[in-house]
Amino acid sequence: MVLAMLFALYSYGPKSGNAPLAFDEMLTAEDLPRPPYKTYQEWYAAQDPAHLIQKSQDAESIFRKTGITFAVYGHADSSEKLIPFDIIPRIISAREWRKLAQGIEQRVLALNAFLDDIYHKQEIIRAGRIPRELIEKNEAFLPEMIGFKPPGGVYTHIVGTDIVRTGEDQFYVLEDNARTPSGVSYMLENRETMMQMFPELFAMNKVQRVEDYPYLLRQSLASLAPPGCKGKPRVAVLTPGIYNSAYYEHSFLADTMGVELVEGSDLRVIDGKVKMRTTRGYEAIDVLYRRVDDDFLDPLTFRPDSALGIPGIMDVYRSGNITIANAPGTGISDDKAIYSYMPEIVEFYTGRKPLLENVPTWRCSEPDSLKYVLEHLEELVVKEVHGSGGYGMLVGPTASKKERADFAEKLSARPSNYIAQPTLSLSTVPILVNKGIAPRHVDLRPYVLVSDKEVKIIPGGLTRVALKKGSLVVNSSQGGGTKDTWVLED
Amino acid sequence: MLGRTANGLYWMFRYIERAENIARLVDAGLRVSLTRTGSTDEDWDGVLQSAGVRDEYVELHGKVTTANAIDYLLREKTNPSSVMSCIDSGRNNARMVRTALTRETWEATNECWIELKQLLEKRVKPADLPAVIDTIKRRAGLIRGAFHGSMLRNDLYNFSRIGTFIERADNTSRILDVKYYVLLPAVSQVGSSLDNFQWESILRSVSAHRSYGWVYDAEYRPSNIADFLILNRRMPRSLAYCYEKIVSNLRYLAEDYGERHSAHDTADSIRTMLKRGEIGDVMDQGLHEFLKDFISRNNQLSVEISEGYRFYR
Repeated sequence: MVLAMLFALYSYGPKSGNAPLAFDEMLTAEDLPRPPYKTYQEWYAAQDPAHLIQKSQDAESIFRKTGITFAVYGHADSSEKLIPFDIIPRIISAREWRKLAQGIEQRVLALNAFLDDIYHKQEIIRAGRIPRELIEKNEAFLPEMIGFKPPGGVYTHIVGTDIVRTGEDQFYVLEDNARTPSGVSYMLENRETMMQMFPELFAMNKVQRVEDYPYLLRQSLASLAPPGCKGKPRVAVLTPGIYNSAYYEHSFLADTMGVELVEGSDLRVIDGKVKMRTTRGYEAIDVLYRRVDDDFLDPLTFRPDSALGIPGIMDVYRSGNITIANAPGTGISDDKAIYSYMPEIVEFYTGRKPLLENVPTWRCSEPDSLKYVLEHLEELVVKEVHGSGGYGMLVGPTASKKERADFAEKLSARPSNYIAQPTLSLSTVPILVNKGIAPRHVDLRPYVLVSDKEVKIIPGGLTRVALKKGSLVVNSSQGGGTKDTWVLED
Repeated sequence: MLGRTANGLYWMFRYIERAENIARLVDAGLRVSLTRTGSTDEDWDGVLQSAGVRDEYVELHGKVTTANAIDYLLREKTNPSSVMSCIDSGRNNARMVRTALTRETWEATNECWIELKQLLEKRVKPADLPAVIDTIKRRAGLIRGAFHGSMLRNDLYNFSRIGTFIERADNTSRILDVKYYVLLPAVSQVGSSLDNFQWESILRSVSAHRSYGWVYDAEYRPSNIADFLILNRRMPRSLAYCYEKIVSNLRYLAEDYGERHSAHDTADSIRTMLKRGEIGDVMDQGLHEFLKDFISRNNQLSVEISEGYRFYR
């Protein structure tokens, strides 16, 4: 009876009159908890809802005090915002995770092989599997990288693969973030906060660890030191500075790895090495985990107006005296126009069918696809090829007639700038609301560390949740929140 | 450690020190207006001078009024030395050097900023002023406490301390310089209530009106007040005390790094001057000239530290 009251907003059973919004990760259509949620649900049923609301407010003040904030571009007055944190964990079973992890590993290995090929022999183009102009006319393709092998042959040291779920066994990769995926600090702080607030839950559930991430990251980066590095590799994190939207994460990673957080103005090329200005003089850096885009990395090679980069760093890189992570030019592999070719790419380099599916994608550059997309705008999601953060995107089913018409005009004017996908019915998980709990749509970004010896996938990752009822947009810049993500042990 | 990090720590602590000192000046100013009958606008003119922002104030507001002066000192955005500007700059520096701070120190700084931003969002009502000033002092105290209780005593600590004491020495010397004339023997008449009042206000602005009585006799004497604030090595806001601290922190850096800079010689010579000095000589030499010279040498030291430890280049 108590259970029924608590779950008043969260019930699909025959008496509820609710139809599930989508595949729900906690409850089956018969209102029974799915196995990974069983222990949690029993615990939840014994809680006082007012107490949970209080806990949720406590969490917010922890985040604010710690300064776990991000900046929203274009909001001058609200320069620091909190990403809402929901205290109900998203729970994944060991079996589900194994399946995901295999698929992610396959995909990440394919991405690296693809990059190596694109910047060397370009066999995939010669084999006719990918059109040449798609690569060579792409802004993310860096001719400076042609013929150069990064230390250990690794291009994407850190990857964040965005995954969505639509059914018990149905997962899709939505995006491969192979440049500088962000959000890992939220994964770690979310776990830290949950462990502080609900220690008993961690005693009841065996949750796989994520806390080793900074240690693993440092280890992985140091293992890929350049040939010119003698002795213990010195690692540093390069940030654009305190006004960057992800500055908190940059300082968090440097801090937890125990390495310096540097800005372009701290660095200079001296005697063929990249050196940082310390209180004792200039000291060499061997591995630079840069959180600065390719364009801004070296004003001598790329954008001459960049004040964020280090003049001459590309020469040092090419002469084997620094490792840049991720390698410049990796953007060619996570471009949305390339994305639609990922099934071919995975198969080409691994010799196997992809374990994880791509979302079916229409390339609007192709006349037939464009025609189809324009005729079916009300059921599709249309994205800019180079866009990110949920900007410049149309969600057909929820857009107004006028929004669709306006978008159709933009789309017809520059079709090659867009791709379209069906509106996926993203799985839902419960979030805490005023009256109890309610289902909301989520995605998942697991973090992957790649070295020349192994691929490490941190169990779990960042779950982003659309807080508005029915919304499918999970981006933090568009009103999304985050959750702690648990992968249970067997 | 990065030169930029040393710079960030140095300025973080200079700004927090300044915020607290400005709050103390406003507090002393309020005290004056409470205990004195008649117009007090003139007194605020002196407070603005002590804070080193009188000309900028006049440019913005023209005539000195109590309400405008307080607002200018507490929350004016265009005044880089207003309490809010200092806390903003201090916290921005703290964000920049966040990896060098303990979690406690960062959180104390961040919470100080969060609370003051809210308190100083609008003009403060006169009735709320004491509580606001109290909060500023308390928050600054919490940062100091977290810092002392949790930071490793390494070079990070030394740069932070040097910033604190260079700022404090600057502030104390400015407060004295603005009021130097009331300490001159020629114009002062011992025991006149006007003078007593001026002197007490000087002591209050460095939170020393009680401790003065413990060290000297209860009577205010200009040479004793000057001695207390300039040469007394036990008085935590005196120039001599600040220089004991600056020199010892610089010495740790020299030992750690195995390298001395011109800053070490400059600091040593200022310290020696303060240690050997007699207040009678200072007064004879001219208090104003002495303070003017001190302020410029203190600034010179700041420049030499930033060069020696590669703050900018």
